[in-house]
Amino acid sequence: MSPLKIKKGATSHSAYNLRPTFSDVIERHTLAVLVENEPGVLARVIGLFSGRGYNIDSLTVAEVDHTGHLSRITIVTSGTPQVIEQIKAQLGRIVSVHDVHDLTVEGASVERELAMFKVVGQGDKRVEALRLADIFRANVVDSTLESFVFEITGVPDKIDAFAELMRPLGLTEVARTGVAALSRGE
Amino acid sequence: MTRQMSGAKMIVQALIDQGVDTVFGYPGGAVLPIYDEVFQQNAIRHILVRHEQGAVHAAEGYARSTGKPGVVLVTSGPGATNAVTGLTDALMDSIPLIVLTGQVPTFMIGSDAFQEADTVGITRPCTKHNWLVKETDKLAGVIHEAFHVATSGRPGPVLVDIPKDVQFATGTYMPPKPSTSHYQPKLKGDMDAITELVAAIEKAKRPIFYTGGGVINSGPAASQLLRELVAATGFPITSTLMGLGSYPASGEKWIGMLGMHGLYEANMAMHDCDLMINIGARFDDRITGRLDAFSPKSIKAHIDIDPSSINKVIKTDIPIVGDVGHVLEDILKVWKSRGRKTNAEAVAKWWTQIEEWKKVDCLKFTQKGKTIKPQHALARLEALTKQYDRYICTEVGQHQMWAAQYLGFEDPNRWMTSGGLGTMGYGFPASIGVQIGHPDALVINVAGEASWLMNMQEMGTAVQYRLPVKQFILNNERLGMVRQWQELLHGERYSHSWSDALPDFVKLAEAFGAKGILCSDPADLDDAIMEMINHDGPVIFDCLVTKHENCFPMIPSGKAHNEMLLGEAETQGVIDSKGSVLV
Ligand SMILES: Cc1cc2nc3c(=O)[nH]c(=O)nc-3n(C[C@H](O)[C@H](O)[C@H](O)COP(=O)(O)OP(=O)(O)OC[C@H]3O[C@@H](n4cnc5c(N)ncnc54)[C@H](O)[C@@H]3O)c2cc1C
Ligand SMILES: Cc1ncc(C[n+]2csc(CCOP(=O)(O)OP(=O)(O)O)c2C)c(N)n1
Repeated sequence: MSPLKIKKGATSHSAYNLRPTFSDVIERHTLAVLVENEPGVLARVIGLFSGRGYNIDSLTVAEVDHTGHLSRITIVTSGTPQVIEQIKAQLGRIVSVHDVHDLTVEGASVERELAMFKVVGQGDKRVEALRLADIFRANVVDSTLESFVFEITGVPDKIDAFAELMRPLGLTEVARTGVAALSRGE
Repeated sequence: MTRQMSGAKMIVQALIDQGVDTVFGYPGGAVLPIYDEVFQQNAIRHILVRHEQGAVHAAEGYARSTGKPGVVLVTSGPGATNAVTGLTDALMDSIPLIVLTGQVPTFMIGSDAFQEADTVGITRPCTKHNWLVKETDKLAGVIHEAFHVATSGRPGPVLVDIPKDVQFATGTYMPPKPSTSHYQPKLKGDMDAITELVAAIEKAKRPIFYTGGGVINSGPAASQLLRELVAATGFPITSTLMGLGSYPASGEKWIGMLGMHGLYEANMAMHDCDLMINIGARFDDRITGRLDAFSPKSIKAHIDIDPSSINKVIKTDIPIVGDVGHVLEDILKVWKSRGRKTNAEAVAKWWTQIEEWKKVDCLKFTQKGKTIKPQHALARLEALTKQYDRYICTEVGQHQMWAAQYLGFEDPNRWMTSGGLGTMGYGFPASIGVQIGHPDALVINVAGEASWLMNMQEMGTAVQYRLPVKQFILNNERLGMVRQWQELLHGERYSHSWSDALPDFVKLAEAFGAKGILCSDPADLDDAIMEMINHDGPVIFDCLVTKHENCFPMIPSGKAHNEMLLGEAETQGVIDSKGSVLV
């Protein structure tokens, strides 16, 4: 079983597409990077981004295959097509990296992020917060007479939208996990 | 067969099993168990340098000249941090090294222990890969893997950090076996792309081979195949600084080095070509100049083992990921099977154009007066040494560029220079490493006085091991390359670019028990060079040269290939403010 569940052979055709058109358009790409789960591997990946001046919009990491010692890092990054291509090639040459997949170009994929929001308030504001949470399918995971902690899962845009709505209603703290993503289908 | 032994013994055993014959190193508290094992065996020779930076550069020189990886052993803390410049140098120039560092015992890591440094943290960005080994049972496996990683794919330096308690503890030794790691770079190129390149070769009217360090990295067979391909097609060939020697300088199709200080004909041909075949070079900024004016009319093919080199700066039309040797073999095979075609008539016309450019004779100079011109010194050195079994190292600066221009390299692995990082202080220790690998060869380090002083402590090493390395110092009493830029870019304000309080190099040599030669008169030069060659031992040759000589040709930063400066007359106000921010 490949913990990445990505079609065989996809690497050479998409993650390392070597014939880009050099354009100035900034694109947002979600990369799935399968790495050896060893000390320092995250530092290698982050160091690559900071050292070469690439952007990290979001990053998540967790072990996905305990016996195979593999972790999956999901990185959302942005840049011109040339920069995105360099990022993938640079990631690919890190010795502890097994595979790099660009979920944005390798067919359809699903993305989710989990976030928790602490909203403090009373009266109408409290009622309104609860009503909006319901519309966004956020769960209440903690509550006092003057506060809620909501848990919400969704694409980053949805979480951004929910945050905007909560702000005037007494939002005091936010914790977000960053994006996890998988390609659709088999 | 597996055996029980101490970590320290395991290290030595693993090196022996990897075929290592030489280790460059410097001891300290955190590697004493390893040094104790080194003491008790004869299979591996340890060369005691005088500074850890010297150990790494010596290992680089050894590696580049022998084709084998270089091995370094240093202690924790300051030993490891002193190795950082060498590691960065080797990473930039793709030199395979295995650097072993001692570390404080595992139970003290993180406690700011004596001579503790976060070595894997510090060296992560300047190694191809590194490891901190916390269990003796894993040590042998990691060291074998380290050799595999350093030497496969695009070569580079790796580092293994070994805490002292891991060296003392007993564990199971694993002999080397074929690597089962997932790290297995691809060697064969894509056949469709290769066929596409062959079709382009058949049609090209103004083709050029632009070769680089990757040909050397690929091994002598790659240079052989390159020569075959050039002879068969009759196309002109140029090379980067790092690729010199893969095609012989005396070869019929050789048009010289390209780039910032490359030859006029090579740069003009790169600019005007219609098919550029990049073989193991990385479109460095010393080559491309202004990107939007770089070879505007050509189809570009690029053969490189590292996908990140492709399309990094220049858009490639025909990318081929693979090892130079493997890919050239396939190109020749496909090209022959399709009938060995080229557009001979057009290529002949192209050569007529190149011959016109050659007539500019961009390296011409006149030696007159009582002061030796650096170009003349190198031309004489070339004439008097080229028949020898010769290896050349350099430091960094004007002398390095003149050495590249005025010395001819007939074979790969004969030219050791710091290209990517441009590390002053590289050449002298590198020459020591080369001489260790080739005890009977004539090893010359072409140096500037300022660079040479940066690692002059290695005189002790040269004398101790009776290494007859020749330090050929072109002494202009200036940080010449810096001075040249200040002249061209900063209104001739020579801020801190002279070498004051220089030692008497002859006395310095003598103080170390070596030979010193001073030469200032052009009339004495040949005899002095012969004296240097014939002396059986290390020599410091202090060659006093003109102080304000500039290195030409030069493509100023931010300019295109066809905007090259050929001599003094053309230098007024040529670099605009935009170019001056570039290095
Ligand atoms: C003062 C100074 C001035 C300089 N001026 C010039 C100049 O005028 N001209 C010049 O050329 N340079 C010059 N340089 C050197 C320059 O900075 C670069 O180091 C050099 O141009 C890079 O050479 P390269 O492109 O051959 O690449 P290298 O650094 O040698 O890289 C080799 C490339 O080949 C690839 N490769 C490695 N192994 C293989 C393999 N087995 N198969 C396929 N591919 C492989 C690698 O991935 C890499 O892309 C100067 C340096 C200094 C310090
Ligand atoms: C370690 C290091 N420090 C600074 C530089 C910048 N630098 C490049 S060339 C040069 C001058 C070199 O002078 P010298 O060795 O005398 O050689 P010359 O240029 O005079 O031939 C300097 C300071 C460098 N390349 N490396």
